Amino acid sequence: MDSVVRFRAAVCLLGRFPALAGVDLDVAAGEIVLLQGPNGAGKTTLLRACAGLVPITEGDADVLGVDLRADRRPVRPLVGLLGHQAGLYDDLTVAENVRFWSKAGRSQRSDADAALARLGLDGRLAEVPVAKLSAGQRRRTALAILVARRPRLWLLDEPHAALDQGGRDLVDGLMADAVAAGATVVFASHELDRAEAVAHRSVTVAGGTVSGLLPAPLAEVPVA
Amino acid sequence: MPELAADSMLRDAATVVGKDLRLEWRSRVTLSQILPFALLVLILFAFALDPDRRILEEATPGLFWLAVLFSMLLAIQRAYAVETADGVIDALRLSDLDPAGIFLGKAAGIGLHLLVLEVALFAGVTVLYGATPRGYLLLVATMLLATAGLAAAGSLYGVLAAGLRVRDTLLPILMLPVVAPVLIAGTEAFSAAYAESSGDGWKWCGLLAAFSVLYLAIGIFAFEPLLEES
Amino acid sequence: MTSPPTGTGAGFMRLHPDGTASRGSRILGAVVLVSVVVFLFLALVASKPDESLDAQGQLVRIMYLHVPSAIACYTAFFVTAAASAMYLWKKTMGWDALAASSAEIGVIFVVITLLTGSIWGHTTWGTWWEWDPRLTSTALMFVMYLGYLALRRAIIDPVSRAKQSAVLGIIAIVNVPIVHFSVDWWRSLHQTATVASLDPKINGLRLLALFVGMIVALMLYVWLMMHRFRLAYAEAALEAKGLDLALAERRAEALADGGAVPASVEHEGVS
Repeated sequence: MDSVVRFRAAVCLLGRFPALAGVDLDVAAGEIVLLQGPNGAGKTTLLRACAGLVPITEGDADVLGVDLRADRRPVRPLVGLLGHQAGLYDDLTVAENVRFWSKAGRSQRSDADAALARLGLDGRLAEVPVAKLSAGQRRRTALAILVARRPRLWLLDEPHAALDQGGRDLVDGLMADAVAAGATVVFASHELDRAEAVAHRSVTVAGGTVSGLLPAPLAEVPVA
Repeated sequence: MPELAADSMLRDAATVVGKDLRLEWRSRVTLSQILPFALLVLILFAFALDPDRRILEEATPGLFWLAVLFSMLLAIQRAYAVETADGVIDALRLSDLDPAGIFLGKAAGIGLHLLVLEVALFAGVTVLYGATPRGYLLLVATMLLATAGLAAAGSLYGVLAAGLRVRDTLLPILMLPVVAPVLIAGTEAFSAAYAESSGDGWKWCGLLAAFSVLYLAIGIFAFEPLLEES
Repeated sequence: MTSPPTGTGAGFMRLHPDGTASRGSRILGAVVLVSVVVFLFLALVASKPDESLDAQGQLVRIMYLHVPSAIACYTAFFVTAAASAMYLWKKTMGWDALAASSAEIGVIFVVITLLTGSIWGHTTWGTWWEWDPRLTSTALMFVMYLGYLALRRAIIDPVSRAKQSAVLGIIAIVNVPIVHFSVDWWRSLHQTATVASLDPKINGLRLLALFVGMIVALMLYVWLMMHRFRLAYAEAALEAKGLDLALAERRAEALADGGAVPASVEHEGVS
């Protein structure tokens, strides 16, 4: 079983605050892992650490074969992160944003157009400036960028938030599609009913540490 | 594979500058806000000095570049405001874009905006101050070289200040002493271009060229660690 | 003497009861104190006023303070740049502390340079400020390093602060000759009085006074650096010490939330 994420006693400092205070986490290829826990527990920092955005100062951290303590930058092109902020240019249209970011991720224009269609952003919405979108539509645009980039590891921070019923179903479908295509998904959510249905297993993040409450149902993990 | 690295750097620069021009086309912040500000500065200079055209005409080279520097600060702040809003800077770090390419793209974007401002300011000093240049070649060369230097330094210091809460107040104190040589050289070269003989002006253009090359080189190497931490 | 600590730093810095002092810094402090007395005697009593053709008279004595403090500030900013480069290479906080300390002390010497230059100018030219190229470029350098210190204050995260100010510390030293050269060239077009043309005839005891002044200024720089650097290093150590506590508190949140803390978590302090 290939390991995609492997953290051992990983510490991450934000300023002087230990947002991650010694995390042990293993995620195998093809898994969908749910991070649950209270606000401020360290879920967002854990996802950002996996994306190579914040430094690991202690312990070991390895994501997709990249040693994050040695150099965390090589992992970035391999992952897709959906954060609280969408990372969009307000004055550009939906289509322009998706095309720019997929170009910045070395994806083809056709990937961008396919992603727009997949998220239901191809009609009239494509030409609307992002500043005029609702929160849910921004979220869909950010997801479209993720789809266009085809990352090997999807890191989703509360992907269901702000979306309507159709949007939530779409997110669940995207996660299933990603795993079917050989990718791995780690996501944080407070919508436990929905999240636990789609996740293969869930771990609890609290106080900057991780504890697995449910043993990994290995049988359910598809072999990639 | 140095050719390949340079190729991808230039392609990324083109991607970034294309995006920045599209942003300006949609938002028109430079045209509708910074450009009127630049022209307003020219009018304020007339209030501060003397409506008598002779003084304004004599001081035209210096006033022109001073107006450019003031508008430049706004242009840089705008150029990086769009990159720090809504977590865009994280997306830039996560992208495959070469940081040196982002630097060059932002510099090119700032430079193109500055050129538009300079053309408008030139029209402004011609009409308002009655200044007419003798050496147009020197004038254009000075504008291009000074703009390259200001844009390179601006792109670099812009990202340095971008992530900070105090960026708007910190940027001027960091940048203005650094671009003081551009103000001096630009003013001197313009004085030569407005005078009968333009002999000394080309020496100052040499200084501007050296400044531009130096800051482009510094930016290509220093942008990555700054983008990483901003 | 100003190299960064290696290993634990034991013996290099002593926190209590000596504060930032050590045997070395005390001896150096005593030497500086004696040298200042010798310097003042040479500068104010032993050496004769300048009575050559472009006579400076008593005014020449300001040179003994002005030139050494200018040399000390250039040295300080050069050390800042070198330590910044070393930080970017080695990534250890000691180099960052060294760069920061040197810039702060350099700014003090710049202020002395500007003040003595201005006082001299007032007596020579009758105005507190002449657009003398050396003074003008020094003033720009002053603002540049105020900007460097302002940037340091603006960034909270220590690693981020170290990295960004290291880049700025290097760019700043590259700027110094550019600014100096362009201001020099600028004033040479509008030739008026310059410091260079007023350089007094310096020989004999006057040369000795100037020379001793330079030695004293550099020794004073080193002595100030020893204390300032140790203070910066102690601050960093204090932050690292607080980290163990912060980690324990952070993990305790998990217990309060009802989660379990893995037993394998260990922490060895910040490297």
